Amino acid sequence: MSDARTTKAEHIRHILETEGAAIEQNTQGFNDGRYESVADLEDYEGLKREAREIKEDAIERLPELLDDLREAVEANGGTLYLADDAADANEYVRQVVDDADGERVVKSKSMTTEELELNTVLETDGVDVVETDLGEWVLQLADEAPSHIVAPAIHKSRESIAALFEARFDPDQSLESAEELTRFARERLGEQLADADVGVTGANFVTADSGTMALVTSEGNARKTVAATDVHVAVAGVEKVVPTVEDLAPFLELIGRSGTGQDITSYVSLLTPPVGSPTLDFAADERGTPDDREFHLVLVDNGRLAMRQDDDLRETLYCIRCSACSNACANFQQVGGHVFGGETYSGGIATGWEAGVEGTDVAAEFNDLCTGCSRCVNACPVGIDIPWINTVVRDRINRGDVDADEGAVEWLVEGLTPDADPSGVDVQKRLFGNFGTVARLGSATAPLSNWVADTDVARALAERFVGIDRRRDLPQFQRETFREWVSARDGLALADAERTVVLFPDLYTNHVQVERGKAAVRTLEALGVAVQVPDVTASGRAPLSQGMIATARERAEAVAEALVPHVEAGYDIVVIEPSDHALFQREYEKLLDEPSHEALAANSYELLEYVYGLLANGADADELADGDGERVAYHSHCQQRTLGVERYTEAVLDERDFDVVTSDAECCGMAGSFGYKQEYYDVSVAVGEDLTAQFRTEETADRAVVASGTSCLDQLEDLLERPSRHPIELLAPE
Amino acid sequence: MTTDTTDAAGRDRVLGRFRDRLDDFDVSHTTVDPDGVSDAVEAVLEPPAIGVDLPEGRGELPPGVTTVWSPADLRGAATGVTPASLGIADYGSLVLPTTADGVEPVSLFADRHVAVVAEDDVVGGMASALARLGDRFRADRGSAIVATGPSATADMGALVQGAHGPKAVHAIIVRS
Ligand code: SF4
Repeated sequence: MSDARTTKAEHIRHILETEGAAIEQNTQGFNDGRYESVADLEDYEGLKREAREIKEDAIERLPELLDDLREAVEANGGTLYLADDAADANEYVRQVVDDADGERVVKSKSMTTEELELNTVLETDGVDVVETDLGEWVLQLADEAPSHIVAPAIHKSRESIAALFEARFDPDQSLESAEELTRFARERLGEQLADADVGVTGANFVTADSGTMALVTSEGNARKTVAATDVHVAVAGVEKVVPTVEDLAPFLELIGRSGTGQDITSYVSLLTPPVGSPTLDFAADERGTPDDREFHLVLVDNGRLAMRQDDDLRETLYCIRCSACSNACANFQQVGGHVFGGETYSGGIATGWEAGVEGTDVAAEFNDLCTGCSRCVNACPVGIDIPWINTVVRDRINRGDVDADEGAVEWLVEGLTPDADPSGVDVQKRLFGNFGTVARLGSATAPLSNWVADTDVARALAERFVGIDRRRDLPQFQRETFREWVSARDGLALADAERTVVLFPDLYTNHVQVERGKAAVRTLEALGVAVQVPDVTASGRAPLSQGMIATARERAEAVAEALVPHVEAGYDIVVIEPSDHALFQREYEKLLDEPSHEALAANSYELLEYVYGLLANGADADELADGDGERVAYHSHCQQRTLGVERYTEAVLDERDFDVVTSDAECCGMAGSFGYKQEYYDVSVAVGEDLTAQFRTEETADRAVVASGTSCLDQLEDLLERPSRHPIELLAPE
Repeated sequence: MTTDTTDAAGRDRVLGRFRDRLDDFDVSHTTVDPDGVSDAVEAVLEPPAIGVDLPEGRGELPPGVTTVWSPADLRGAATGVTPASLGIADYGSLVLPTTADGVEPVSLFADRHVAVVAEDDVVGGMASALARLGDRFRADRGSAIVATGPSATADMGALVQGAHGPKAVHAIIVRS
């Protein structure tokens, strides 16, 4: 096992070194572009909702829409073939090419044909298959796999492409600039397009009412692929069908903006094939009539219809492959699809696609790269809960994954880990998933536990047996827990308070970040609020992030049992750890019955959100510490940003006269246990360095570092070597 | 989203937005009366030029543009002149119908594309464009390309205008 971790770590390091820079620059450019482009829309959220509804309806009515579509395509003079799997689809296309005496097939970019491995099949028949998308062509020449679902050669620099062309073609003039490379490729591919027999395209959408397909492109190669060949084969997944032409509107407005940050791509081909353009015979220099054209639409099942029946994977079928989830993902920004990807698809949603199309074993290879930070959730134009799909698949992997090698150390963790999940769970996941037990033990034996954990021997053992990277400092457990501190003191009496809240003593606050808990209590009391601290600390976040859903559900139920009565008694719930607050708001929906989730979601507040509310409702801000212009650099938590609650922290700090600069990194890269794991340490640090670079500028280097999440605090301290605190520690009165 | 209205002020707004968006996407443009189309085309074309006849009332192509062309002419042309059936104000898009006389290849192969669109055919947003196209596609199984700006690629390490399709696009907007 530890060998597997080392191999993975080495692979990741290699990709970081060779491809990381190009991927980072491009994906971050796309991601910034997305923010800018969607900001211009009058009703972005409305469009997303509309797109989501169309997809939900289309997948629901898929069998009926496929019937309508068949009728339309046949009435247009084309054929529709529904292929069960890759072999079936490939056989059909191979037959079409054979019937056309096709010697050369030109292709425009299609992920689905990558999934089918159509090129290999056609090449076996001796057909010359030419990818005409410039990025795909580069990869075909280099014999490499796509690293991004929209920009497949995103990992290649201009220099490496120039070297590739040089080696392959030995051109008369040396090629250097992007213009020269493009011109060269256009000319070469132009010749190949001119004497191609069959054109294969994908389809981004297909409308059932008219048999129209939409192809979203920029280069013009898809247009040429269709225009220059007499036989057009379009290959797409069955999930691409939408009811009507009019339904395309929200997708066409969203797809480019969400993906590469373009308001719209250069070309959206709306084709109702066979198309009405003349055929072009370049060899004989003759034009034919549109009647000479032939069209085949191949819609592929290959696992999709089973996904449609799967309550957790179904959402994957709404995906329009825009790539927003890849670009918004801090991990993907560092490593790209060669690490964070499967056979065909990459990024967060690839877990759903690969699990459905290839199987959970393929998804298992990269699924850990999703840390559940949730930054993709708001970016997805069809509102797919991508982190949840990753969690569910991780859970399935855990259940199917009994790795014999781990038996030896299983006992070690087993004793610590009273979870409800099956024994197949990887020992490392099990340890992190049971952080609650570890933390309790850690506090009970502190400071000894911290000293032991800090020794080289312990670090080496932890790395060897459970894959905790030895370069990481482990959490420093506090001997006196937050709850012990609370029960030993006389707080503001209920009778003297204007209101009472229940402050959730999350595991980190209770055992590690005890000071922020104390500060929270002092702050709330200063604002006239009595604080009760319940006897429940484990939210379920830790097991959930390891895909241990059964354990997470047990924890969630225990939390609900402890907190819902307080809600019913009219108390608000205040949460310090942003990842737990997000859990109450978002994931508990999946873990609890509806009334319990609603009670907790509607009545729980992130700490600074609550403080903001108190001040807005007349509490005296002067009770809080005066910033007196203190310069701080603030990093909000990823899940806090997804919920849009980070602004309250900024507002309260601002109100108390702190001078705040906020980072705009999507995530700190620590993400709970992720950054501790040996195989992911390098990715975690690479992500973290994008963040810390923002706190090392001339403007920020001398600022006090403030962060809301435990993980973020750990990461910032590790990398910046400056102390970092939760914002409440700045605001709390002495 | 630009709303479609029929009153004069509303039309001006739609056309103003269309021109602004053409600018945003690097599409140069001129606005002329039907009898000015020929000169306007002449002014922007680079020979050899091929073209597709314009519909009734949208003006004429200048003599330098031949509408009788072979695949070899197509590959050799420096300019392609075609009608566009719609303009979409919000995106500065030109909607190019696929027709038997070859709007699709003529607008695609040459380095420069000149599109002639009638003011009356400029709609506000994507939804109104698709409403029109939906009716058309269902009725006569037509196809169209929504073309916005020149062809482009970022696959060669930097953004390049002019990938497989035109490098430059010029729109001629014909007053009604
Ligand atoms: S899951 Fe959503 S964001 Fe990701 S590629 Fe699909 S549609 Fe785009």
